Amino acid sequence: MNTTLSINGKSYTVDVQDDMPLLWAIRDIIGLTGTKFGCGVAQCGACSILINGILTKSCSMPVSYGVGKEMFTIEGASENLEFLREAWNVGNVPQCGYCQSGQLIAATALLDKNESPTDEDIDTAMSGNICRCGTYTRIKKAIHKAVALKNETI
Amino acid sequence: MSKIQQINRRDFVKLFGLASGGILLGCNVSSDTKEFIPQVEGIFTPNLFVQIQKDGNIILLASRSEMGQGIRTSLASAIADELEADWKYITVKQATGNAKYGNQNTDGSRSVRTLLEPMRKMGATAKMMLITAAAKKWNIAETDCKAENHFIINKNTNDKIFFGDLVDEAAKVKIPSEESLTLKKVEDFKYIGKTLKSVDLKDFTHGTATYGIDVRIPNMKFAAIARCPVTFGSVKSVDDTSTKKVAGVENIIQLDRIVPPIGQFFGALGGVAVIANNTWSAFQGKLGLDIEWDYGENESFDSAEFQEKLTRRVHEKGKLVPGSSGNVFAAFKDSENTIEAAYTVPFLVHAPMEVPNATAWFKEDEIEVWAPVQDPQTARAELAHFFEIPIEKITINVTFLGGGFGRKSKSDFVVEAVALSKKIKAPIQVVWTREDDIKQSFYHATSAQYLKGSLSADGKVTGWLQRVAVPSITSSFKPLSDYASGFELGQGFTNNPYKLDNFRLENAKAESHLRIGWLRSVVHIHSGFGNNSFVDELANAANIDPVQFHLNLIGKDRIIQGKSDYPYSTKRMKDVLKNTAKMSNWGLELPVNHGMGIAIHYSFYSYVATVVEVSVKNGNVKIENIWTTIDCGLALNKDNIKNQLEGAAIFGMSIALFGKISTKNGAVEQNNFFDYQMTRMKDTPKIHIDIMDKMHEPPTGVGEPGVPVMAPAICNAIFNASGKRYRTLPLVDEGLV
Repeated sequence: MNTTLSINGKSYTVDVQDDMPLLWAIRDIIGLTGTKFGCGVAQCGACSILINGILTKSCSMPVSYGVGKEMFTIEGASENLEFLREAWNVGNVPQCGYCQSGQLIAATALLDKNESPTDEDIDTAMSGNICRCGTYTRIKKAIHKAVALKNETI
Repeated sequence: MSKIQQINRRDFVKLFGLASGGILLGCNVSSDTKEFIPQVEGIFTPNLFVQIQKDGNIILLASRSEMGQGIRTSLASAIADELEADWKYITVKQATGNAKYGNQNTDGSRSVRTLLEPMRKMGATAKMMLITAAAKKWNIAETDCKAENHFIINKNTNDKIFFGDLVDEAAKVKIPSEESLTLKKVEDFKYIGKTLKSVDLKDFTHGTATYGIDVRIPNMKFAAIARCPVTFGSVKSVDDTSTKKVAGVENIIQLDRIVPPIGQFFGALGGVAVIANNTWSAFQGKLGLDIEWDYGENESFDSAEFQEKLTRRVHEKGKLVPGSSGNVFAAFKDSENTIEAAYTVPFLVHAPMEVPNATAWFKEDEIEVWAPVQDPQTARAELAHFFEIPIEKITINVTFLGGGFGRKSKSDFVVEAVALSKKIKAPIQVVWTREDDIKQSFYHATSAQYLKGSLSADGKVTGWLQRVAVPSITSSFKPLSDYASGFELGQGFTNNPYKLDNFRLENAKAESHLRIGWLRSVVHIHSGFGNNSFVDELANAANIDPVQFHLNLIGKDRIIQGKSDYPYSTKRMKDVLKNTAKMSNWGLELPVNHGMGIAIHYSFYSYVATVVEVSVKNGNVKIENIWTTIDCGLALNKDNIKNQLEGAAIFGMSIALFGKISTKNGAVEQNNFFDYQMTRMKDTPKIHIDIMDKMHEPPTGVGEPGVPVMAPAICNAIFNASGKRYRTLPLVDEGLV
């Protein structure tokens, strides 16, 4: 059946079952492959997206949940995500890069509601995202750096 | 060591479809036959490419797989430095799997070690040809020209010509002999030894890097495979009624196990494949299968019983390993202070964030594959063997790897994809679920060790007996290989840095009931844990500070393996130890409940020392700080090395704290990240990395050497904080996390 999903401000009409997780609709049907599969059970955060601004593990929410809501993925652009990307560059954060889509989306969600997170805030907000390469110290530093970059422009 | 060949223009145009013209250089790269991973026999006519375009853009080919170690940036920077290229013109392209590129097996922390010099020579050759072309244009001697930042400069007049403007002339120049090349001095390096950010940052931060799982081919199908929970079991019968009802499922195919010939390749486990028009339907269809399995001979395998068996065996006499010296038994008799201890490490799995996957298209007389593989040439040779297609008709496109850690050295998932594509006559992507990855891997082996040592009255180690039982990687290539092989014992057991007059190493039997593979730093995980834990126990028994005890035990400056191209220097080992002790303020008073532990290890020709600071409160361990020093010889890309060591610390923490694969009735018990846990942001301590300045030494391993020190340094720190000694990993099982 046809379903309409709104992702990064663009509308997609797709023919999928209602119970297909959003992750697979986004990756396999719509073709936005920046959102990653890591575990399928909301344990690793590789599939993180924002739904109406709320951090969501897309592997564990069905397509029906996304209908009528605005979704945001790593292919999108927002002010905080741009500062985070710049900070990720400054800190040379990624190793294999696979989890970084999810890390950046989780960090965007954090900065969207907390303009100046502490280390503890970051620990809490980012502990749902696994990085097997172990770039956590760089991610933490980069989130602080993104805040600094944003403050410089104001 | 390397030979440079000119590729004719026709080949060049064919290879790159470039109408604009350009320079293309190939460079033979020496094979590295000394490595421990079993290799497929092959011919080495390797080439690596430099391509300079008229607009000045330079495309460099990376022959090794990128799995997070930053190799694409590292190799390119070595070429660009000698070429005097401006970094902003550099683009890196990934080579397909082909023997003409030299050995592409990306493991053993050896890419920079083996390729730095050939890459530099490639850059230097290109530079010389550009100089010759410019000298001709100006009608001056080559010695009156120099290269600088993408230009050739006329030293007499200061005139300059842009690299891109010399392309046509340079393409006609005869390739200079290898002997005529002059490589740059260390002091003149522009990129080598500095910090360059990853060339792939933009793709990594925009979700545009293509990993294996992101490959999309028109009309491709997706497959999930139900494999027997017990290693090498097979399908007895299948009821696929429920699966057929899953929307999107198109086909259900039974696959027999593909058994590799003795000594090479990986084959595939076989099972029941569900083919669908999207990944999710394939996964759902797989869950719907009702399969009766013939579990086969590994059905009764219980890892807890097995570990007890190994522990029993190391308490008995084993096979004497060559290299033992003196008489430990006499030393034990003479000593009034002997101690003994047994250590165990469980099975581990790599769990890279990107699960094993491959996309294949079997097109009658040729095969094309897109896959995240560490060893594309073995995958290629394996496909030629199993599917009887000439190797030149097989293309392996190497995608980005979402982590490798050794898992993606094994191309079983590629074999599966090709077998299915052959059956359905369409392109297909096989995707493992996380559960598949955890339950059906090539596992890092479990081990048991027994150590006994004797001390003299003044705290010197007079005898060292070590027995080890560890299932061998060789068993994956040659069944019934029931003892650790020489290359495995050479990873830290036969070559510890200690000066021991009475040393005895014994090898105990250890069968394999799971597919055994290699995981980041391999057998060094076992030797690093046993050696460093036991030295700490000896130091405590001798009542000597562990750092001082290590220094005493290493003894005078000497070379341990004189025959190697990379002499094992005890001085360099002691230097990293002293440096780390200094960084960590070793010896100063710590807060209550805090403790520090030290570990040192030599692996992949690099020297590492780590100090860990923990706090132990209410029975819970928190890792507060990690200080690591590495001496990896010439440090090619400093910030990347730092990133690797930070990552190794996290990876090693996961091993120490959480990592454990166990089996019951032959099947792996763990499922996913909720029961195969790993270090997360909240567990992450402050990590301090220092790199020794050794720019005049050859480069050695970086990706793996930071791992083996972590578990022992953590356990030694816990002992220092709490007085409790932990000899069994992981610590979560001891109720400490």
